Amino acid sequence: MTAESSFSLLGILTAQDISFVHTFEHPGMSEFIDASAGGVMVMGGIIVIALLTYYRGWHALWCDWLTSVDHKKVGIMYVVVAFVMLARAIIEGVLMRYQQSIAVNDPGILSPDHFGQLFSTHGSIMIFFVAMPFVTGMMNYIMPQQIGARDVSFPLLNAISLWLTAAGAALVMISLVVGKFSTGGWTAYPPYTGIEFSPGEGVDYWIWSISLASIGSTLTGLNFATTIYKNRAPGMTLFRMPLFCWTSLCTSVLMIFAMAPLTIATLMLALDRYAGFHFFTNDLGGNMMNYANLFWLFGHPEVYILILPAFGVFSEVISTFSGKTIYGYKSLVIATMSIAVLSFTVWLHHFFTMGQGANVNAIFGIATMLIGVPTGVKVYDWLLTMVRGRIRLTTAMLFSVMFLVTFVIGGLTGVVLANPPVDFAVHNSLFLVAHFHNMVIPGVLFGMIAGYQFWFPKAFGFRLAERWGKVSFWCWSFGFYLTFMPLYVLGLMGAMRRTVEWFRPEYLGWLQVSFVGALLLFSGFLFLCVQLVVSIRQRDQRRVPAGDPWDGRSLEWSNSSPPPEYNFAVIPDVTGQDAFTRIKQQGQAYASPIAYEDIVVPKNSIVAPVIGIAAIMFGFALVWHIWWLVVFSFVCMWGAVIARSFVTETERVIPASKVRADNEAWLQQVRECATTPREQENTSVNVGRAEVLT
Amino acid sequence: MRRNQEVPKILMRSAGVLLLLTSSVVAASDGFINPAGPVAEALRDHLIFIVVVMAIVIAPLFIALPWVLWRYRLGTKSGSYQPNWEFSWPLEVLIWGVPAVIVGVLSWNLWHQSYELDPYKPLAATEATLEVQAIALDWKWVFIYPEQDVASVNELMIVAGRPVRFRLTSGTVMQSFMIPRLGGQIYTMAGMVTQLNLLASEPGQFRGLNTQYNGMGFANQKFMTHAVSQADFDTWAVNMSESKPPLNQTAWAQLAKPSVLASPQSFGSVAEGLFTGVIADFTGGYHHIKADGTDL
Repeated sequence: MTAESSFSLLGILTAQDISFVHTFEHPGMSEFIDASAGGVMVMGGIIVIALLTYYRGWHALWCDWLTSVDHKKVGIMYVVVAFVMLARAIIEGVLMRYQQSIAVNDPGILSPDHFGQLFSTHGSIMIFFVAMPFVTGMMNYIMPQQIGARDVSFPLLNAISLWLTAAGAALVMISLVVGKFSTGGWTAYPPYTGIEFSPGEGVDYWIWSISLASIGSTLTGLNFATTIYKNRAPGMTLFRMPLFCWTSLCTSVLMIFAMAPLTIATLMLALDRYAGFHFFTNDLGGNMMNYANLFWLFGHPEVYILILPAFGVFSEVISTFSGKTIYGYKSLVIATMSIAVLSFTVWLHHFFTMGQGANVNAIFGIATMLIGVPTGVKVYDWLLTMVRGRIRLTTAMLFSVMFLVTFVIGGLTGVVLANPPVDFAVHNSLFLVAHFHNMVIPGVLFGMIAGYQFWFPKAFGFRLAERWGKVSFWCWSFGFYLTFMPLYVLGLMGAMRRTVEWFRPEYLGWLQVSFVGALLLFSGFLFLCVQLVVSIRQRDQRRVPAGDPWDGRSLEWSNSSPPPEYNFAVIPDVTGQDAFTRIKQQGQAYASPIAYEDIVVPKNSIVAPVIGIAAIMFGFALVWHIWWLVVFSFVCMWGAVIARSFVTETERVIPASKVRADNEAWLQQVRECATTPREQENTSVNVGRAEVLT
Repeated sequence: MRRNQEVPKILMRSAGVLLLLTSSVVAASDGFINPAGPVAEALRDHLIFIVVVMAIVIAPLFIALPWVLWRYRLGTKSGSYQPNWEFSWPLEVLIWGVPAVIVGVLSWNLWHQSYELDPYKPLAATEATLEVQAIALDWKWVFIYPEQDVASVNELMIVAGRPVRFRLTSGTVMQSFMIPRLGGQIYTMAGMVTQLNLLASEPGQFRGLNTQYNGMGFANQKFMTHAVSQADFDTWAVNMSESKPPLNQTAWAQLAKPSVLASPQSFGSVAEGLFTGVIADFTGGYHHIKADGTDL
């Protein structure tokens, strides 16, 4: 960076940084793939804009969605972000598997630099922009309804969290076309990611996208924990909450404490890179070990931030599709809480190989294995939930069952890795890669897909096509085993992660099987898209206006599908666990309330989109050293916050008469609906009113 | 419905086939699973012990899950339907107790193995220990043999049956040193020293590498370890000192530049204090970080 360039209008950005220009000037397979990816993204953006314009969708998009602070819409937008990013990150995964499967004593099709960017974006996106938004979106949509609340405690803050996360995702997407991304992996270990060894914009893209997302998640944690503590319906004591709310609570608490070390670590790395600090450099007192500690102080709880909500989903899905109350509710709560606490005591197992001696390693190894106890308890609690039930193997349930089977294998290899001596042998190897995919795919992703299948009819008012869901399920399942079981083997054979080219012919067969598996995983994703399209086209035969297609047990099933913006016409009175099942069994479901009251809901606000768009500019400007834009966007962000503090009219009132009219009309509709026996829940007979078993 | 029930069984069967395949292929591979020394052997045995013990917790799930899915399926007449059944003390004791006991056993084992297999712990052997200083560079490994006063790059010469004590540092970013068939790995970091003790039981050639991603040449950062007899080692060392150029500051400056070497290099003498000098470069000349309390 020279003094001139850093104060020019576009900072250090030049035409050669645009991937199309770069590819034109330096044609090659790797560059061509890079430019194509950028091209697909730009085309996708243009098509969306064109469609929105053609169908005059801009007004609806802005008023009904982008400026909305309704937790349900915020939740759906989170999930949309996750799906879009999932598409990119899966394709990257397939591309890497292809490269490795052909790169035995052969350079393959990707340059080392491109491959480095791929594993860095794949990991960063999957964790921060697929798993996190998916989980956060799911909690957003479901948790307030399950505790009988009208919204989260701080609706605007919730929208700001979404926009900060989306801004981070946007930065990663921009890096596809403008400049390069980091090659430092999703963990971005210095000193490699320091300015000395990684000059250029790549690591800066990583730093600012992750920083924005991590601040968004911290705010989400604060918001959700407050909501669960303060916004529960009368009678909804903590020990009557559905398991999903418990796991949301644990995740929120983890977010509050665990995101901060990440934000700090990324900002310290930024100071090293931008301002000549020496926190993590090789020389002048810097120490990369501090980064490893800070990062994993976040990184390990992060694993549980992601997986606990998925555990919550499995609890709901297994209980509902077994037609039975959850087994060992208190046991599950205690296990969840234990996992949350223990998750802060194990971070060092990510670097047993740093040379800290047997004492320290043994302590952290044992702490790691301790987590296996509550996790094992949970697995058996889910199994026992099915015992003496009536099990329906719907798509959501299939994903849950496959999770149980697959997750314990990952648990086994996790215990293997928790042993420092064995870790010395398989650390950094494909065994490790197989292990964490073995936890995150069945754990988080299957959980989120199961939740998506389960709650989709609640959110959109019609059921998804089961047939395509099952096709997708088989692709995901076989795809998973084919992709990652060979990686375990390769790890034991001494194959290391992040390797662009191999020199051992015996790896070839395993890598090829793994590539086939990756294609199957990608098909699984495509079939989810097919399922969505087919279901939308057949939506009229799939509608569930009465709102309870699966004989649900918790409060979100007691209102219409989709629910009104205020969730509940009258806040329900909760008398025990499985609140809605109780109401149904007592014959009080769909009874007209005695009285209606005015309902206050938050108004839409442009603050969150303003902050989000300014945050994208802010990150972009920092990456390219466009200092005037840094100042401008920073002022915009905080200006929006300050301006908002002068707005006094932030809520509007929905009069009781309107609530009454809407609710009574819906209740009338429900009463006219025929009840559905469970045998027919996947036929058009199911309009969302469940037959009550007595 | 029926097909769905059988899935876990199919998976178990394919897992069995996979295990068989694995064991045969892996036996011939160059991972620690095919050990060529006591450390790798101990690691492999430790791994097998853990897997066997863990199977006690996991196996019941694989057996019970298909059975439960079948017995309690919708429409069945067999299993009783008790939608409110939610707790049983005996089961509760079992599902907390068994994992707790197993983790207890594994923890006891882990504690002892962590000490036993501590990479810093000298290996018990009748032969004297061979000292090797290893320096990680982009994208190559430099090995200095202080007792022989010779050095090799991307090629490691050790004596079969004689324990080797590596003292490692980095002249660049953090890396991780590993010879899979001999044992585990250890990080190398600038300004710091880590240690690793390994032993090759028999003469042979073993692949070594850096496992920690460090940029464009990462995949090519590999070296061959030659475990030879004491006599061959001595001959090699003498030949080196007689015929190879010195590893002086000029040669070092050339090596320290990021590059992938086409073939290994050898040096017949080593500038005094090179290893400590590389460390001191990052610590401002002060040897204030000592990994083991001994002099750098």
